[in-house]
Amino acid sequence: MARFLARRLASSVLVLFTVSVLTFLIFEVIPNGNPALRIAGRTATAANIAAVEKAYGFNKPIYIQYLRTMEQIFTGKIVSYAQNLNVLSQLKADLPVTASLVLGAAVLWTLFGIIFGLVAGLNAGGRIDTAITVLNFVGISAPSFVIGYVLIYFLSFKFHVFPSSGYVGLSDPLGWADHLVMPWFSLAILYTGIYAQVLRSRVVDTLNEDFVRTARAKGLSRRRVLLHHVLRTSISPIVSLCGLDVAAVLGGSAIIIEVVFNLPGVGNYAAQSIGALDVPPVLVITMFGAFAVVIFSTIADVIYALLDPRIRVASSL
Amino acid sequence: MTALLDVEHLKVSFRTEEGVVHAVDDVSFSLQAGELLGIVGESGSGKSVTAMTLLGLTRGPNASFSGRVMLGELDLVTATERQLERVRGVRVAMIFQDPMTALNPVQRVGEQIVEQIRAHERVKRHVAMDRCIDLLDRVGIPRARERAGGYPHEFSGGMRQRVMIAMALSCSPEILIADEPTTALDVTTQAQILTEIETLRKDMGVGVLLITHDLGVIAEVADRVIVMYAGRIVEQGSLSDIFYDPRHPYTWGLLGSVPRLDKARPDRLPTIPGSPPSLLHPPSGCHFAPRCAWHFEACSTVPELKNDGPENPEHLGRCWLELEVARRRRLVGGTIGLPVPSAAVAASDGADR
Repeated sequence: MARFLARRLASSVLVLFTVSVLTFLIFEVIPNGNPALRIAGRTATAANIAAVEKAYGFNKPIYIQYLRTMEQIFTGKIVSYAQNLNVLSQLKADLPVTASLVLGAAVLWTLFGIIFGLVAGLNAGGRIDTAITVLNFVGISAPSFVIGYVLIYFLSFKFHVFPSSGYVGLSDPLGWADHLVMPWFSLAILYTGIYAQVLRSRVVDTLNEDFVRTARAKGLSRRRVLLHHVLRTSISPIVSLCGLDVAAVLGGSAIIIEVVFNLPGVGNYAAQSIGALDVPPVLVITMFGAFAVVIFSTIADVIYALLDPRIRVASSL
Repeated sequence: MTALLDVEHLKVSFRTEEGVVHAVDDVSFSLQAGELLGIVGESGSGKSVTAMTLLGLTRGPNASFSGRVMLGELDLVTATERQLERVRGVRVAMIFQDPMTALNPVQRVGEQIVEQIRAHERVKRHVAMDRCIDLLDRVGIPRARERAGGYPHEFSGGMRQRVMIAMALSCSPEILIADEPTTALDVTTQAQILTEIETLRKDMGVGVLLITHDLGVIAEVADRVIVMYAGRIVEQGSLSDIFYDPRHPYTWGLLGSVPRLDKARPDRLPTIPGSPPSLLHPPSGCHFAPRCAWHFEACSTVPELKNDGPENPEHLGRCWLELEVARRRRLVGGTIGLPVPSAAVAASDGADR
């Protein structure tokens, strides 16, 4: 177990390095990427720009620039070009919003994904299965902003059930939940569809397994066969997916939902920074996202191994 | 002696996209306490479907059944799922062909046995666990207490089959259905498992239904034998009836394809030409007729499963040939051999009998 975690930690260093270098290089090669031009302002002279380049070190070789930026990130001194604010404190302020969004949505999508997947799998080929599959594909293919705006239109403007936008901190739990219900559902619908489809096909396969027949031949109740034998052995891919998806959303991939519901989260911050070609925040958010993926997939792998003893041998967990 | 299990005119068919498959067609037999009844037949002969139907494991939206499977007063064909749950594992236990896949890969083996005990009896977990360890010990698993905490992938094939047997025994069933219990095992392990089953039957009086395609296994342990072909019983009798006085051409073919130690080895083992009919569109009449070297006009109608004389009423065959031979004997008033095979190809294995 300790060795497994150590190996994962080591690999995360490599992942962070690769991701940061790539992000850095992308901003170096995109047109109009020179930040000195924007920092110096619209009416800047060539001399102004040169001064800015000198002050920020943009005239130095690229690897020096990269190392300087990394140093700033790890000492917590990194500052955005556009607003001159500390990126890490910005991220710290935005993170609770995104975390609230992710955790609520993840509970919903996991719960509904499992319910729909199990019910569809057990009724494979039947009407319920067809109905659920259609719903899943609607959920998967409907853009989340459409779902978001539809919810806002009906539940906020027409019937005033939920507030249409904004975020309230956890110090007011009811207000917090009230503001997040619609974002939770809008975000969860996509993943629910994916999870349900994945689980459905696993359940269909597992039902044909010999050990399920054994479980029935043992005289177990249908309920016990389904929960202890069918679901228990079908659920592992859901765990892996969940780890990656939670990490991805934490790392800013819920941009659309955050923009639609005007939630000041990591995704919104990333969107603004990209729009402003502001390298430091983008770099930090990307690295944070990559780190989250490493951490959560490690957690998922540990849970996976708890669920499936065969994995433990293979990965010496 | 009253039978433990009475199967009467069991028919099982499945609706598929291509049509209706008549997997089991009018199968009747009974199983006595302490008896080992073997069912032989090749893949697709309906033997496994018969076995699984006895426990209601073939039920599904596309399956239909007729006939009766009487376990005491209970008809297992019409029993409710609830009633079946109280039969499965308790009164009738089953072990399956492939011990590699028949155990849940993510559950400790001890837990899988405890689960069954606790599904049927109100006992504390540790009591059930003690019993499980006793059972594992009895079926020959060394260090049973320790091994009960292991997962199936940590056991060899033979050991897993022992676990399956221990599991099947855990609630002291009256009947054990063993569906190809030794097919996936190597020969040495096969012999050990058969000995295990044999002991059970002798010591506990369990009635065993042994399903296999391996005539060697049958010869070793069975009291009575049923030969199935394409969903029907074609011959049924005592072990010696089947091995020393087989009546049905299919049984001849099966026996002829077993390698023999006491005769010169042929270049190729004799086989039965052709392959079993599709049960979607079985031939009308005798199902074996298209592959039978002796088929004649009568074979286009289904022969009855009947004995051919009062001297051995338990030996049943489903073939017109017997009747035809008897008729000719009466006509000639003396001895007459079998009619000449109408297809000479298959003659090699049957004709020298």
